[in-house]
Amino acid sequence: MAAVTETMMPSGRIPRQRLDRDDIIKRGLMVVISLYLIVSLAAPLYVMLSKSFSTYSFDLSTYEFQVSGPSGQFGETVSAAVLNDRLLVVPKDKLATNADGRLAATSFFPEFSFRSLVKYRIRGTTDGTVYLIGSDMHRGTAWQEVDSNTFRRVMLRSTASTGLDNYVSYFSTPSLFRSIENSLFIAVISTVLTVSIAFGFAYAISRSCMRFKGTFRMIAMAPILVPSLLPGIALIYLFGNQGMIRDVLLGASIYGPLGIIIGSVFFTFPHALIIISTALAISDQRHYEAAASLRASRWRTFWVVTVPGARYGLISAAFVVFTLVITDFGLPKVIGGQYNVLAVDIYKQVIGQQNFEMGAVVSVILLVPALAAFVVDRLVQKKQVALLSARSVPYEPKPNRRFDTMCLAWCSLVAAFIIGIMLVCQMAALVKFWPYDLSLSLKNFAFNHMDGGGWGSYKNSIQLAALTAIFGTIIVFTGAYMVEKTEGFQKGRALFHFLAMLPMAVPGLVLGLAYIFFFNNPANPLHSIYGTMAILVVCTITHFYTVGHLTALTALKQIDQEFESVAASLKQPFYKLFARVTVPVCLPAILDISIYLFVNAMTTVSAVVFIYSADTALASVAVLNMDDAGDIAPAAAMGMMIFYTNLLARLVHAGLSRTVLARTQAWRRRG
Amino acid sequence: MNTHKAAALAAFAFTLFSSAAYAETQLTVYTAFEAVDLQRYADTFNADHPDIKINWVRDSTGVMTAKLLAEKNNPQADVVWGVAASSLLLLKGEGMLEPYAPAGVEKLDPKFVDSSTPPSWVGMDAYVAALCYNTVEAKKLGLTPPKSWKDLTKPEYKGHIVMPNPASSGTGFLDVSAWMQMFGEKDAWSFMDGLHQNISSYTHSGSKPCKMAGAGETVIGVSFEFPGAKAKSAGAPIDIIFPEEGSGWEAEAAAIMAGTSKIDAAKVLLDWSISKKANEMYNVGYAVVAMPGVAKQVENLPADVASKMIKNDFEWAASHRNAILKEWNTRYDSKSEPKS
Repeated sequence: MAAVTETMMPSGRIPRQRLDRDDIIKRGLMVVISLYLIVSLAAPLYVMLSKSFSTYSFDLSTYEFQVSGPSGQFGETVSAAVLNDRLLVVPKDKLATNADGRLAATSFFPEFSFRSLVKYRIRGTTDGTVYLIGSDMHRGTAWQEVDSNTFRRVMLRSTASTGLDNYVSYFSTPSLFRSIENSLFIAVISTVLTVSIAFGFAYAISRSCMRFKGTFRMIAMAPILVPSLLPGIALIYLFGNQGMIRDVLLGASIYGPLGIIIGSVFFTFPHALIIISTALAISDQRHYEAAASLRASRWRTFWVVTVPGARYGLISAAFVVFTLVITDFGLPKVIGGQYNVLAVDIYKQVIGQQNFEMGAVVSVILLVPALAAFVVDRLVQKKQVALLSARSVPYEPKPNRRFDTMCLAWCSLVAAFIIGIMLVCQMAALVKFWPYDLSLSLKNFAFNHMDGGGWGSYKNSIQLAALTAIFGTIIVFTGAYMVEKTEGFQKGRALFHFLAMLPMAVPGLVLGLAYIFFFNNPANPLHSIYGTMAILVVCTITHFYTVGHLTALTALKQIDQEFESVAASLKQPFYKLFARVTVPVCLPAILDISIYLFVNAMTTVSAVVFIYSADTALASVAVLNMDDAGDIAPAAAMGMMIFYTNLLARLVHAGLSRTVLARTQAWRRRG
Repeated sequence: MNTHKAAALAAFAFTLFSSAAYAETQLTVYTAFEAVDLQRYADTFNADHPDIKINWVRDSTGVMTAKLLAEKNNPQADVVWGVAASSLLLLKGEGMLEPYAPAGVEKLDPKFVDSSTPPSWVGMDAYVAALCYNTVEAKKLGLTPPKSWKDLTKPEYKGHIVMPNPASSGTGFLDVSAWMQMFGEKDAWSFMDGLHQNISSYTHSGSKPCKMAGAGETVIGVSFEFPGAKAKSAGAPIDIIFPEEGSGWEAEAAAIMAGTSKIDAAKVLLDWSISKKANEMYNVGYAVVAMPGVAKQVENLPADVASKMIKNDFEWAASHRNAILKEWNTRYDSKSEPKS
């Protein structure tokens, strides 16, 4: 904390404005939310990432042996290091290993025979020296005497130190290295596709007079209502070896990059759409009127007015989609086949081999592209200006038959894709035994007989989602407001913005693991939340912080700073402005944030898979577990339960917000 | 002073007595048992010991093992019941298990009991490597069923075999280590070189290849017998084949976590977990259980599953796991292009 305050406080010599009470409260709140992010994100991450530098090697100088002669007399004491210098059995570069490293003691005794009558003694030279006899762990400096048949079961264990060995070994493993290429490939392709499709969709909705806008908006949000691995399941039913329309692929396999990309476009589409829609939602009619009076063509107006106005949203959307794809592990796990990607490598290292250190190394590598995206995002953001000034006139689209028909066609195409995938999932959930018994049944919904915690987990998920939506929205929007509408305090705001952007770059698996290491430490005062619903809520809010933050920022940026100046000159405290102007104006965004958090809490898998406990099993984790066990149909069934719940939540949300919006958003309409 | 002490002592004793009389002990039990079995197991146990409540934390073996190791400095579990013996061996090597010989441990088949005295873990049942063979798809493709592991390298099966990835699934590693022990290291590698040519994909879980075979996504799934029998009961057109060379196997085992504050209740659970009644309970799903003479034939499985099991050296497998996986990754994981 001390370090943070230091970096936040500009040095005293720079002349600056005196702070008034508002500024102090704003900065105080910002510090509180920063603290939250530090505790829930930066600190666990630091603990986790420090693991990537935690290396393991055999410290041969800490082991000593004695060998008995024929008479049973033990000879001189000799250390493994000395023996190795003499015999060169283990080359220097082979001494590096992982936490589970084991080195047979017999390798230092080339003449060893397990039938001989020779006896051996082994000890450590420090209290912390560890070795195994059989599978029993021994520690310390006491001599252990074993016969030769037992001596072949003596294994030296690796000791921890700090260094870059893990990175060296990562980059010298071609298959791991290859994953970087693969991950970038699918992330870039998916990003380009998703952002283009979502922009077209958002543009059609905000700038045309086509019909069914509300319906399209509803359908477009469907993918966000289901776990990311559900499209994977649907694609297997469609294009797998027993797929309904597998011939469409002309022999290409859906398992691999193709499946990952199609699935990624599906599940990231609403994320991109939310951000781009917000960017396009408020635009100034006057710009278009100016363009029209300058006789600019539609095409030119698009490039000169529309795109620059939405630029910030487009770049944010690209950033979000890119990181979502590169950090998602559910989809590549289900449909990736042998196509290795970074997120699955983490899974393999951590779950398959319990190699946390290497898992941490892959996590660090995953952070790099996300951090790069962050830098770009910052650079662009500097050039962004408020679009909605106090004098703005909201844009009203005019009917244009040809254009509206094109928009309708485009949106219908996208909607058909989304509905198709959802229908396949629904069918998967209801068919008794695909593809051999196509009769319908509800047996796939008997979750109490499956992995994953049964119907209890479904109830827990709803509770988690509600808590996340309530507390998350308050924290996220307040944080965004403070960072956007505080004057000065550049370093603090930059730090806050960095913290708020970081969660997007952190794969859920990494966050979940980090939580174990950080919170399950008796020395941590917050230890008591470990294993409770509270830690799941904290984890989920943090995991999904970024999109909420970006949505809030995009909305806030469109409110002219003039409002603040006017309030200040009228001597109104900021919280009155916040409550009377900012919150009402941003209500659509606030409602979007809360429903976003709700549905994501329902569908999140990767972050919570490590930290749920007996009482807090979750439906989304059940989907993963059931698919993992090969119970694809029940997994689809639980996925659809999550979908229906989220759908209901959205409908309730829509109904409630309609009344509220009617009261607060009238200013957006002319006349 | 003395009266104070006596009063305090009396109060303390009263608290102890009253809590013992009313409260039940709650045990946090980490497990990888099939979810469908959890309630039945707890109910059967509670019929004998109503005073001990089991709080299950269930996940797949890999997640459970990672979770246990990650919690090493502050274990949350009191007992591990129904996690692979290989995983428990890892925990044992970290000094995380409390050695304890449950009452009646001598009645178990020794290969189901940890070799140390007192043992750190005791087994309850086994799952045995087997092939799930989809007869419908095989007929369409004109394939003949394989009889042995070595048959799997025949060119006719190219692209029709799925097996678990040993780097992400304990069952996958089980297969590889069994081949090593059966064929010798050199022959095992050349066998796997051939097998790799025929593999269409490596999965992340051990039961999935069998479920994929059941759904016709592949013809042959290298898996184990338990999901095979289950899939067959659910209507999958599969045969369960035990290769003639013998099968690797894994024990589901139980252990007490070192440092638990509920050691007495934990011991009660461990004693019960190897009782005859418990073994009969495991036999509902598992064909092979730790207590000889208890097992009855399981639907869709042959009566002599136990005879297919090789002499599996868990310790050897644990000691060589690192080296084997490294070699495996170098050989097969770098060729990670998708296959059509």
